[in-house]
Amino acid sequence: MPIHDQGYRRYGGDRRPRRIWWVIARTGIGARIGERRCLALLLLAWAPFAVRAVQIYIGTNFSQAAFLGPTAETFREFLLQQQLFVLFVTIYVGAGLIANDRRAHALQVYLSKPLTRLDYVAGKLVILLVFLTAITWIPAVLLVLLQVMFSGSTAFVRDNLFLLPAITAFCAVQALVSAFAMLALSSLSRSQRFAAVLYAGVVLATRNVLESVAAGAFRVPTPSISAPAFLTVAALIAVSMSILWRQVRSVDVVT
Amino acid sequence: MTPVEPSACVAPPPDLPVRPAAELHGVGVRYGAVWALQNVTATFPRGASGLLGANGAGKSTMIKALLGLVVPDRGAMTVLGASVGDAPVVARARVGYMPEVDAHIPGMNAVSCVAYCAELAGLPRADAMQRAHEVLYYVGLGDARYRMVDTYSTGMRQRIKLAQALVHDPDLLLLDEPTNGMDPKGRSDMLELIRDISHRKELDLIVASHLLPDVDYTCDHVVVLDRGRVAAQGPIAGLKAHGRRVFELRVKGDPDASGRFIETLRSAGTECHMTDDAMRVFMPEALSTRMLFELASQQGLQIRHLRPSVPTLEDVFADAIGGE
Repeated sequence: MPIHDQGYRRYGGDRRPRRIWWVIARTGIGARIGERRCLALLLLAWAPFAVRAVQIYIGTNFSQAAFLGPTAETFREFLLQQQLFVLFVTIYVGAGLIANDRRAHALQVYLSKPLTRLDYVAGKLVILLVFLTAITWIPAVLLVLLQVMFSGSTAFVRDNLFLLPAITAFCAVQALVSAFAMLALSSLSRSQRFAAVLYAGVVLATRNVLESVAAGAFRVPTPSISAPAFLTVAALIAVSMSILWRQVRSVDVVT
Repeated sequence: MTPVEPSACVAPPPDLPVRPAAELHGVGVRYGAVWALQNVTATFPRGASGLLGANGAGKSTMIKALLGLVVPDRGAMTVLGASVGDAPVVARARVGYMPEVDAHIPGMNAVSCVAYCAELAGLPRADAMQRAHEVLYYVGLGDARYRMVDTYSTGMRQRIKLAQALVHDPDLLLLDEPTNGMDPKGRSDMLELIRDISHRKELDLIVASHLLPDVDYTCDHVVVLDRGRVAAQGPIAGLKAHGRRVFELRVKGDPDASGRFIETLRSAGTECHMTDDAMRVFMPEALSTRMLFELASQQGLQIRHLRPSVPTLEDVFADAIGGE
């Protein structure tokens, strides 16, 4: 008996073609977390958190080292330091997200299923956002919580009420602009290395923009003007979305 | 997961009319200045249909239009009764697509890849994994299902493309050049699978191919495309019969005279085209074979071989696209 007679049956179970973007995101996140190199990179990205945690512990518990005590500036510096890891993680996780699919013609497979281009892009975007949040927003908020724990008081948070919103806003802007730019560049090529190099170039060219955004969010007096920085960020995201809309399709049309 | 008998999910109630698998009405698709499909009106009935045409005839474009991946510039389409233009996602939920190009989800083994495709089509995770195993066995990749797809041979990749198209149990399968790049044994196995799917599992399917024997073996109905237009369509058996007799003919003589002979035959009311080593002549019932000898003699040719033949899909195709 031919082997193919052994088993095709019709399917009578449940079908839930909802939240397909989450299927894409979940699978992508799981695949990356299963890689040792990715785990090592994430671990490395948490090293500054450990240093800052020790700094906050010493600064809040030993009066001789009170100068190490955290200020709003401490958190801004922490997030700016994390930019290096944001670059590495964005490239490691994001460069191949669409480029590899384009190389394997996987877009034809994806888009022949009951999902839209928006589902596909949202799924890929969430993969990057989760990893970027894991090395920026989560450690920064944990540092605030550690400060409260070590000092035994919420006075610092009450004195800096803008801190949590500032951390959230800066991390959101940083993650969104990084994720959109990386995905857009990844969609432009079938080579993830090419996408990585392009992204590194974009980061170099726009390095001051996020610093300016951080200064604005953390109310740091600075000669930089935040409004153009925010406009630049908005423009970057808009251009990235436009590129994604043009590139993510199952048919390459040459006119 | 609840397995369902084929008849339970396919056969419509007896009082309902049977809807075609897919219909196109005046569909036109343009890439820049080039019309890939021009005013195409075609019906693919339930069962197995072939979409025949030379390279560049518009087969893949039509398949992609039916999936909603290419938006037509004009016209309307329905798939299993659902309008593709209004709700492409709804239509795609009931359709499985096997692309022409080598396409797979990168960085996954076969079972993960196929299960992922099932999840993308809305199956719950556990059911998706179970279906993936079943379908991979069905397409003959059971033993290789834990291998990375990137390491698969061309033939195995064709099979996994079929598996990902089947895994969510579609009602309609769209297969674009399913035997591309396969060796003879693999091609034969693939054709058996396709025939099994359409004739024993009762799924509707549309096979786009430029290989006439593939369509002839697997399909009951055919739509012939030529340069973006429908050149012929209907049941293969009906198109083959066509109310004419077919003769296979070999002549000896000057090649230029052979050309003139073909022209003379055509002007006498027959249809005639060349195959590799012989002419195939379609004669209306009213004409007799004696006329062939007379016309050959007029051109200074000798008929060395004359044999009644059976109409083939190749004849239908050649007839539809102009005898070339």
